[in-house]
This record gives sequence, structure tokens and C-alpha cells, in this order.
Amino acid sequence: MDNWTFGLTLMIVGVGGTFLTLWILSLMVDLLKRIFPLQEEPAAPEKKS
Amino acid sequence: MLESILNGFSGLTSGVTHLFSQGGPNLVMLGIATILLYLGVKKNVEPLLLVPIGFGCMLVNLPLSEMMDDGGFLRTLYDAGIANELFPLLIFVGIGAMIDFGPLMENPRILLFGAAGQVGIFLTLILALALGFSQLDAVAIAVIGACDGPTAIYVASQYAPHLLGPISVAAYSYMALVPIIQPPIMRALTTEKERVIKMAAIKRSVSPTTKLLFPIVVTVIGGLIAPKGLPLLGTIMLGNFMRESGVVARLTKASENEIANIVTLFLGLAIGATMEGHAFLKPTTLAIFGLGFVAICLDTVAGVLFGKLVCLMTGGKVNPLIGAAGISAYPMAARVVQVQGLRYNKKNHLLMHAAGANTGGQIGSVVAAAVMLSVLKGMGLI
Repeated sequence: MDNWTFGLTLMIVGVGGTFLTLWILSLMVDLLKRIFPLQEEPAAPEKKS
Repeated sequence: MLESILNGFSGLTSGVTHLFSQGGPNLVMLGIATILLYLGVKKNVEPLLLVPIGFGCMLVNLPLSEMMDDGGFLRTLYDAGIANELFPLLIFVGIGAMIDFGPLMENPRILLFGAAGQVGIFLTLILALALGFSQLDAVAIAVIGACDGPTAIYVASQYAPHLLGPISVAAYSYMALVPIIQPPIMRALTTEKERVIKMAAIKRSVSPTTKLLFPIVVTVIGGLIAPKGLPLLGTIMLGNFMRESGVVARLTKASENEIANIVTLFLGLAIGATMEGHAFLKPTTLAIFGLGFVAICLDTVAGVLFGKLVCLMTGGKVNPLIGAAGISAYPMAARVVQVQGLRYNKKNHLLMHAAGANTGGQIGSVVAAAVMLSVLKGMGLI
């Protein structure tokens, strides 16, 4: 394989693969956040004076 | 008897004789070792790396010591942890244990900044090929653009071990120079109106369970897409999983302190040992330093341009400066963004957003290298 074909292939697949992988990961984090939402801690009851 | 005494004395003078007769390149490298030690000790430039690298460089360039010959101290360190990729991976466990991916998970789309910040790697690859480097050498050189020392060492040690010295030194030097390299590029590519954009405060929305599962998800998905890079992803995520689990505090602490410290010392010495004058002082070394610089500039350009695109698409809700933080130099790049943001708007605190992009860059650099290696495997080149 000549250098130009090699370089351009690696650039296209590499940049595309990196963006795709990180996009999938971002979707997975969204999914995790939906499945396991942050539970607000119940506010401490006010003391009666 | 006299002859025996003279022979004995010749053993004491052979080092000096050798240095001044055949050791011209070694003399130059002793000068470079002095500069590295000076930068580390007096200028505080990445001292944890530059001090052992500088000392290792000094040791290997003092002639006739045989420290890098079979069985020598430096050769043993090199074979134990560089030739088999162990040291950079142990460093990654420590890095994973130190990083809080929380700001990134608050706004997961910011991970894409970590991808944009790696574009320089691939553009530099083409430049390196154009300069006549072989395909695998060009890959190893381009990974300097990951702005991630352990990743650069990992790739170079496997696929271009003869370039390990200059690649490692360039990678760590440019990481330290991020606060100098990035700001002019950030200013040149953004308007003042863009630089003063205030971003909405980040609301806390990530549960401990999500933080715990994140490293597992990254490992599994990253490992399935780019299996050749699993050692890189797996070790950084192992460190992070231990951190978030909270049940192995001793291991987490050891990973980010004792193990990371010991391995950093061994790694630095072993890298310095690859800087023997006759092997190091070549035109290719200068070319590698030049390409490394270009790679980091191109990463910043791509990151900021991606930031401008996101700014446009969100109707001006994203400050394009945070694109510059999409590289792996953590936390320097995030700090640079914060400083630049404050420079144009004293009330504009971009640090949390930039920290998210910066941790995205940490993952992005590893993913980019992993993808690159897997594509090379797919092409049958490794």
C-alpha cells in the first residue's frame, strides 16, 4: 500500500472511528444517567422551636 | 610490575580517552542531559519526568559503563518495563485512579471535544509520511499529538522502539508547554464576542452508580470497537473503577502514589537510557520534535474550530475556547481555557466545562490510539 492511501485511510477511519466511539460512549452515559438518576437527599426535618 | 601498574592506570583513563576521541555525540548529549536536569530542577518543567530522563541520559552517555548492555542496570529497566509496555500501562492505572470523570458525565456530549482534540494526530501522520518516515514510524510520531506521554511511549515502544527516546521527550516537553502553545492559537481563531460567551452552570446530575459503571462501559465498548487498544483503555479504567468503587482505598492510593511514583522513576530512567548520543543525534530527531509541535498545534486548531461549530449549532451557548481543552494534557489544558476565559470576562468561569472536555481528551487520546492500532491490525500492518 502506498503512503498516501495508507495515510488517508488511517485519517478517515481513525478520525471517524474516534468520533463514533466517543459518541457511543456519550450515549451510554446518557442511558446510565436515565437508569440510575441522582437521588436527591431528603432535606433534614426542621427542628421545632 | 610497571607494565601491570600502567595497565591498571589505563583502566582509569579509558573513559576520558574514549569520550574525547570517539564520544563527540556523547558530549553533546551530556549537554542535553544538563539542560533537561536544569529545566526539571530550576524551571519546574515536568520535573517528575525530566529529572530521571535527564539523569538516565547522563548515565548512558558516560562511555564504557555498559549500563545499557545486556545485564546492565538501565537495560534491565528497559527490558522490564518499556520493551514489554508494562510501565506506561501501570502509569495509566495511576492516572485513572486520579481522574474524576464527573464533570464529563454531567454533559456527556462534551466527550466529542475529546475526539476533535485528536485530529492533529491524523494530520501529523500524513505530514510524517510526506517527510519520508516509514508507515509505522509515522504512526508512532503522530501519537505525540495525543498529548499523552504514556500513550506515546506505549505506541513507540511497540512499533518504533528506535524512536522511543525523541518521541518520549517531545511528548512530555510539549505537554509542559501547552500553556505557551495554545493561547495564541485560541486567540487567533476566535472573535472577542465568542471568547466572552458565558456557559450555563453545571448542575449535579450524576449518581454514584453511574460513576461506578462508567469505567466498565468504556472498557467494554472501547475494547469491542478497538481491541488492540484495550491495554490502554483497560488500565486507565481499572484505576478509575477502583477510585469510584470506594472499597479498595488502599489499592487506589497505592496506584496513584507509590506505584505511579516508582514506575515514573523507572520509566524516566529507561527513556533517558534510549538517548545515547550516536543513536539520538540524527536529523530524524529534529524532525520528530518539529512534527510533535505541529501535532499539538493542529489538535488545538481542530478543537477550537469544533468548538466554533458547536457554538454555532447551539445558538451561542457554548464558548469555543473549551475546544482547546479537548486534548489529553490534564489538567493544564483546562486551566489554560479558564485563564483565557477570565482574561476577556472577569466573571466567566469555564473551568468545569473545560475540565469535562479535558477528561474527554484523556479518554479521546486513548481511544484515538486504540482505534489507530486496531485499524493498522485490520490493514495487516501489525
